[in-house]
Amino acid sequence: MEATLQHPAPKPGHEAHGHEDHHDPGFWRTYIFSTDHKVIGVQYALGSLSFLLFGFFLMLLMRWQISKPGVPVPVIGPLLEKALGSAAPHGALSPDLYNSFGAMHGTIMVFLAIVPLAFAAFSNVVLPLQIGAPDMAFPRVNMASFQAYVVGGVIMLASFFIPGGAAQAGWTSYSPLATAIPTDGQTFWIIGMVFIITSSLLSAVNFIATIIQLRAPGMTWMRLPFFVWAQFVTSFLLLLAFPPLEAAAVMQLMDKVAHTSFFLPTGLAIGGQLANISGGGSPLLWQHLFWFLGHPEVYVLILPAMGIVCEIIANNTRKPIWGYKSLVYSVLAIGFLSFIVWAHHMYLTGMGTKVAVFFQATTMIISIPSVIILTCLFISLWGGSIRFNTPMLFALAFLPMFGIGGLTGLPLGFNISDVHLHDTYYVIAHFHYVVAPGTIFALFAGIYYWLPKLTGRKLNEFWGRVHFWGSLIFMNIVFMPMFAQGMAGMLRRMADGGANYSAAVNAKGGAEVIGGLSSNIMEMHTWILWGACILGLAQIPFIINLFWSLKHGEKVESDNPWQATTLEWQTATPPPHGNFPEAPHVYRGPYEYSVPGHATDFTPQDEPPK
Amino acid sequence: MVMDFPYIVEPRRDSGLYNAKLGIWLFLASEVMLFGALFSAYVLLRVGAEPGMWPHGWLNIPIGTANTVVLITSSITTVLAWVSCKLRQYGRFKFFHACTILLALTFVCIKSFEYHDKFTHYEIALANGKFADGHLMEKSKDFDLEKKTGSVTIHGYEVEQRTELMDLHSPEARRRPREEITLPAAEIKKMERYGPWHHTYLAIYFTLTGLHALHVVCGAVVIGFLWGPGTRMWRTEPERFTNRIEVSGLFWHFVDLVWIFLFPVLYLL
Amino acid sequence: MKQWFGEKILGLPPLASTNGQGVDDLIIYVHWLMLALFIGWLIYFFYALVRFRHARQPQADYAGVKNHASNYLELAVAGVEAVLLIFVAVPLWANAVDKFPPASESTVVQVVAQQFSWNVRYPGPDGVFGKQDVKFVAMDNVFGVDPADANGKDDIQLINEIHVPVNKPVIIYLSSKDVVHSLKIIAVRVCQDAIPGLRIPVWFTPTQIGRYQINCAQLCGNGHSAMSGGYLVVESQADYDQWLKSKSGGPASFE
Ligand code: HEA
Ligand code: HEA
Ligand code: CUA
Ligand SMILES: [Cu+2]
Repeated sequence: MEATLQHPAPKPGHEAHGHEDHHDPGFWRTYIFSTDHKVIGVQYALGSLSFLLFGFFLMLLMRWQISKPGVPVPVIGPLLEKALGSAAPHGALSPDLYNSFGAMHGTIMVFLAIVPLAFAAFSNVVLPLQIGAPDMAFPRVNMASFQAYVVGGVIMLASFFIPGGAAQAGWTSYSPLATAIPTDGQTFWIIGMVFIITSSLLSAVNFIATIIQLRAPGMTWMRLPFFVWAQFVTSFLLLLAFPPLEAAAVMQLMDKVAHTSFFLPTGLAIGGQLANISGGGSPLLWQHLFWFLGHPEVYVLILPAMGIVCEIIANNTRKPIWGYKSLVYSVLAIGFLSFIVWAHHMYLTGMGTKVAVFFQATTMIISIPSVIILTCLFISLWGGSIRFNTPMLFALAFLPMFGIGGLTGLPLGFNISDVHLHDTYYVIAHFHYVVAPGTIFALFAGIYYWLPKLTGRKLNEFWGRVHFWGSLIFMNIVFMPMFAQGMAGMLRRMADGGANYSAAVNAKGGAEVIGGLSSNIMEMHTWILWGACILGLAQIPFIINLFWSLKHGEKVESDNPWQATTLEWQTATPPPHGNFPEAPHVYRGPYEYSVPGHATDFTPQDEPPK
Repeated sequence: MVMDFPYIVEPRRDSGLYNAKLGIWLFLASEVMLFGALFSAYVLLRVGAEPGMWPHGWLNIPIGTANTVVLITSSITTVLAWVSCKLRQYGRFKFFHACTILLALTFVCIKSFEYHDKFTHYEIALANGKFADGHLMEKSKDFDLEKKTGSVTIHGYEVEQRTELMDLHSPEARRRPREEITLPAAEIKKMERYGPWHHTYLAIYFTLTGLHALHVVCGAVVIGFLWGPGTRMWRTEPERFTNRIEVSGLFWHFVDLVWIFLFPVLYLL
Repeated sequence: MKQWFGEKILGLPPLASTNGQGVDDLIIYVHWLMLALFIGWLIYFFYALVRFRHARQPQADYAGVKNHASNYLELAVAGVEAVLLIFVAVPLWANAVDKFPPASESTVVQVVAQQFSWNVRYPGPDGVFGKQDVKFVAMDNVFGVDPADANGKDDIQLINEIHVPVNKPVIIYLSSKDVVHSLKIIAVRVCQDAIPGLRIPVWFTPTQIGRYQINCAQLCGNGHSAMSGGYLVVESQADYDQWLKSKSGGPASFE
């Protein structure tokens, strides 16, 4: 696990600055099998963004099916039928296909899109620079972790095309269903997950080691940018929460291929006759192991986002973050607490009072640090001199969006109110507000903010704003109605969008039935569908902007275009292999903006005091 | 003009560790969570088992003990190998780590023998409601459960109820004589070997020990590499090489430790 | 006010049970808290954005807010959450899972979920369920009733229809024979996972006669969205007895 820097890997657009390495290691070593943290970061970014797009396309197909059950999907339908055969009769989604898409949307978005982007990609590009390190502590392990990610991703994608298609038991893969479904999709899912988990574990080890070992002289813990703190805690969450899922995955694999009964109770009768198994297992065991990962995982999705937002807000309010210390303690608190709230996903599995009290209490307690973090960010606005550039717009929008998502977590957090909301679209809306308009916005902000460091060119402001307003408006059009639908009792994972439960269908049944979904609840499907489509279109300016800017974007006038204080802006653009000509020395905290009496309104961390 | 890479060899002052050592500690932390989860699964399955249906004494304690001794010895030789490196005694290092690798292989051999023993061990539910149990001696050529032709011969015993097969520590179980029993297929209702599918105890046994064995093999491969081609570094950077030996040693001790937990939990309790 | 907020603003579906009131109340209280926070914060948010935009505030203030009003706010949030938890959520849950009504004064029903329907079982006239054991479980005997047991003879079994008398507590013993399902009856605010290998009781007291939709709230396979054939039929005591008699004709057979 040792680290070397024998083979330098210059970055794209490298010649922009005067740091040529004279022996060029060649294309493969430079871009594919590079050990340079910046290159690996970019690889992660491209990979995960593509998965993000793919996950979204799956969802578009699902949204079509939800609002027009059984109607062939326009344009793509025939292709689907060609590619997947009977799973997509006449180009419409069969319930099995819908379930596969649902499970894979969740899996891909969480494990292959957001985590690799928010955690791996951003930390790789930014973190070593921010702490003044020459590279990651273990560059080769870093490369290995990306390769594991690719293998995992390929296995997941391949599983769509095997007979019977991809996993169908939801991203939560509850046993016995996951084991009972006769196709091999679940097996692929498990093996894919093992690779993805390995990848995350390697990165986690790497980032923690880097932060502890490679901080530049003077970079004390309380001088770390909040982004670094967020990633530090995130790494620990991954390091300690993922292995139990890996264990669970191994056991489920045994259930699937070796016909063991880890999660299968005695007397299981699938399709009439008793299953030929030893029995004696416990379905709840899987749920506990899954959610022991599952909950920390959701904070893995949000903490990096908070870190990014914090950096950008400090930079664009031109003043120090308010309450840096409470931010740090809060994020640490969230880290610890997130290991003891998992069963709030299992409130309705027949939970006794004592257990219920414990998990409700921890769930309420963990919401407090989040409130504190948000509050600090809010108060940081006060007295600032706010610049509204694209990164800042996305960062600001993150606050209320996360607010909505977070606040709607509270009614779910109480056992008794969860009775009505559990497994309805209220839950779907809750967490999408946190991860979609929440995390995704923070990631957009980060891309607009840090890309100039990598390429030396800014993205186009105008199209950035188009992208922003389009995303903001249509994200809300997509997810806001889901709260209403959930309240009205519309359930998630409905291959027909709840048509079978609608008052209309019940009416056909003759006797008047109470509790069917009203027609205007069903109506909302249509808005959501079109909302989602336009949301997709709103991404086109971004994608074009991204690639167009590489060649034609406005050149940055200096290494520090945003006039920021943190270290990544104090080196060349793009940073050379090894990042800094010589190790920088840090003299002050990360957010010294508008220091009274200082010439400029920003004081870099490594600027020697007079 | 590229910054040279810090703390590969000498430890960093505030953390007191060199990079790789911190790395392995973190990695081991995640390993603890991995095996921890499996152990908690073991506890849940055991607690959840119907009364009298959790097996005792299905595994051979002397063999298990032998394997424990083997692993502990290998741990000692790893330490000695590392010390020899510290003292720059290349020859002794070679010798001790040779022992480590051989011991690792011994462990795996013994383990695979135990596995083989389980896979030739059958529980047979008889048509008359009784249970026969023992190791397969031979199957007649025409043996076929569906067609109900031919017969099997096992070395073991017959019992009234299945629960009697669970507690082999019990005095009557010890007293039970083992003889060769030949059973015509016609009398056999169900015949199942002691594979992972046979009982959740075996499921967790095979999973835990299998995963552990995998760790042993990987460890052996790494140490083997450092013993063979890896020694190139000895000539150039002995200190860094010593660190590698220490790090791989830490991993090896962990693998050993896991077994120290596995042995009582699976063999004795 | 509360009523109006629940129905018109949140759009809570009609309620038809005594226990459901608590559920609705808590949902409403929590949403008041959420709205208060959200709107408060939003107002501050937009004010700050306008007041401190670069054009109006060219030079940022290094210190920013000096007082610590926010701490009180955070404490307030924590306080309200604590109150809701200790004085509303916990007692209600205790009531739901600990304070079961005596079986003698309630309608006791067994429900076993399967892909993709609900099997319902009544003790029949003698009010006693026949013995059960997994070894009897078969295609035509999902409850694994012991055919030898006399008490089982008059048990009533049917599919997808739970009949209960109004204003009398109902206890449902819930299980599943294949995968995890979840019995959700929106109008009476009941939701409980049906987990194979476990038998979990839930109870509620219906207050209005009618025919209520039973939902399956847990993904249970390709028929999950179609598992909507189940109904809870709440009727007057008289109609219920009538119905029970009509069902308990001959002994229900398991062979
Ligand atoms: C990033 C992801 C993320 C985050 C951060 C959270 C945060 C929280 N979640 Fe959520 N949750 C998920 C992702 C997330 N969740 C997912 C994916 C699921 C579904 C899994 C599945 O079943 O498939 C889920 C499901 C879920 C459940 C299970 C519901 C059910 O299945 O029945 C519960 C129950 O307690 C819950 C609670 C909470 C709570 C209390 C928080 C708290 O931490 C929230 C704390 C935050 C706040 C309290 C907001 C504070 C901010 C303000 C107040 C400022 C307001 C701002 C303005 C007005 C400008 N969540
Ligand atoms: C991080 C996690 C995450 C994210 C980001 C999303 C994003 C979205 N999700 Fe998803 N979702 C889940 C996690 C996530 N989801 C999970 C875990 C489930 C539960 C699954 C289960 O039931 O098991 C779920 C389920 C789920 C459902 C319920 C399905 C059901 O229950 O039947 C729905 C329904 O509308 C939905 C919709 C959406 C939509 C419209 C988005 C949109 O917000 C998507 C927004 C994304 C884009 C608009 C694409 C942007 C793309 C780019 C910018 C690409 C640029 C590319 C390059 C430069 C190469 N999701
Ligand atoms: Cu049964 Cu979903
Ligand atoms: Cu959670």
